[in-house]
Amino acid sequence: MSIVAENLSYTYMKGTPFEKEALKDINLKINTGEFVGLIGHTGSGKSTLVQHFNGLLKPTSGRVTVNGVDTRARSLKELRKQVGIVFQYPEHQLFEETVYDDIAFGLKRLGLDDAVVEERVRETAKVAGIPEDALEKSPFELSGGQKRRVAIAGVLAMNPEILVLDEPVAGLDPEGRDGILGFISKLHEKKGVTVILVSHSMEDIARFAERIVVMNKGMIEIDGRPAEVFNDVERLEQMGLSAPQITYFMKKLKKLIPETNNGIFLVSDAKKEIARLIEKKREALHDS
Amino acid sequence: MIKDITLGQYYPGESVLHRADPRAKIALTFVYMVIVFIVNTFAGFLMTALFTLFAIAVAKIPLKYTLKGLKPILLIVVFATLINIFTIKGRPVFEYGAIRISYEGLELAAKTAFRLILWIMGTSLLTLTTTPILLTDGLEKLMRPLKAIGIPAYEIAMMMTIALRFIPTLLQETDKIIKAQSSRGADFDTGSLLQRAKSFIPVLIPLFVSAFRRADELATAMETRCYRGGEGRTRMKQLKFGPADLKVSAVTAVFFIILLYLQYS
Repeated sequence: MSIVAENLSYTYMKGTPFEKEALKDINLKINTGEFVGLIGHTGSGKSTLVQHFNGLLKPTSGRVTVNGVDTRARSLKELRKQVGIVFQYPEHQLFEETVYDDIAFGLKRLGLDDAVVEERVRETAKVAGIPEDALEKSPFELSGGQKRRVAIAGVLAMNPEILVLDEPVAGLDPEGRDGILGFISKLHEKKGVTVILVSHSMEDIARFAERIVVMNKGMIEIDGRPAEVFNDVERLEQMGLSAPQITYFMKKLKKLIPETNNGIFLVSDAKKEIARLIEKKREALHDS
Repeated sequence: MIKDITLGQYYPGESVLHRADPRAKIALTFVYMVIVFIVNTFAGFLMTALFTLFAIAVAKIPLKYTLKGLKPILLIVVFATLINIFTIKGRPVFEYGAIRISYEGLELAAKTAFRLILWIMGTSLLTLTTTPILLTDGLEKLMRPLKAIGIPAYEIAMMMTIALRFIPTLLQETDKIIKAQSSRGADFDTGSLLQRAKSFIPVLIPLFVSAFRRADELATAMETRCYRGGEGRTRMKQLKFGPADLKVSAVTAVFFIILLYLQYS
């Protein structure tokens, strides 16, 4: 399951005075099983780009292929089963009377057996950390974090091979954030689901992404491993972005202790590095 | 997609017509409607058409745009024309069995069609050159004297402003919900009419929920800023009668006088 965008351009409201070019000549390949972090300033074209992955938007020029098939040619139903997109604030799309029905919404549209639907709903609820007794409640009674889980479960229930999440933890408390990001990374590791995570939180991206794509003004500016991307802090800042806070801390530390290693963007790595430096200092003291 | 709908059909620009005071434009649009109504000779029609085209050119709006506005009334124009052609009795031009077409019928049909088309093209200039917010501001000012007979001008204008303000927001919201629901398997394009109508329930419920939530938030925000209605309220942008208004009014007045002269001399 790979997604390939070739010379993809997209213009909103073409041919009117309100015309806006949102994507310019994008070339991108997302491979099976990758965990890609997509970052960029507000209005850089991230959301427009991901909406091309399941055919919600069709390219103005160029093309997008999913698993070798052009998104303009294939059946949308099939495509949307393979590529699941979770939008920002997905809890705003809940509408059924019970949580169960809401998760089952997509499955029922597929014309599956009731028994199969039930099995999948319960399985997905478990993966997403929704307690069994919540299934019969109204989705509007739940807390913000729970609602978000239900909405994501509605997409997960379709068993997509590629999962796109647009700011999945925006506006949640720390517990809700960790819970949701936790089960998403588990899905990626255990089931090999390809994940594309759009986020403004550099900490979240640093923690989970294996590859980072940086967008700026409708173009792909940087595409590389987290260590490469976060090392060039100035370039990120020029685009209105930043590196994880711990990276700034480590850069300051390097000014004091020149032997500090570069390219640290995780708190856990920073901890190891600081421990190493302390150990070294201690040895030096000991030797003298 | 839904985003491609042009709203309130405002066409951004910097022309004299764009700059003119909304009150002046509303008043002149009324004058224009009266003119189109009283014009009766072909010379008059020709002149009104030229005036309308001149105004469109001054506003720098592509003719295509104003013609687009004619689409909804096309059926009415065709219908009115046909009725006039076939029912008005007079000097016959063409006769075949029960079908009789008279000279008077043709004349009236042409005039009616012209009148409708000019009417729509001319009045659409008002909404094409004025932002919805300015338009309601102008309406409020013009309606103010009606307060004496118990019409709550300010409240009506406020309601219109809020409604207009939220049209794009709710359209965006609808677009987003449609996309979100189709991402998890909803299908809006196939099936019978009833099935398709039913498939919009997953869009309508979240839309209503969000509209109520927004209304609630707006009410709270207004409350916390001590909003208390129209009495004694000042504005950041005061409407002023300026040179642009003088120019626009003068040109229209000259045109009106020439037309009246042609009509009644």
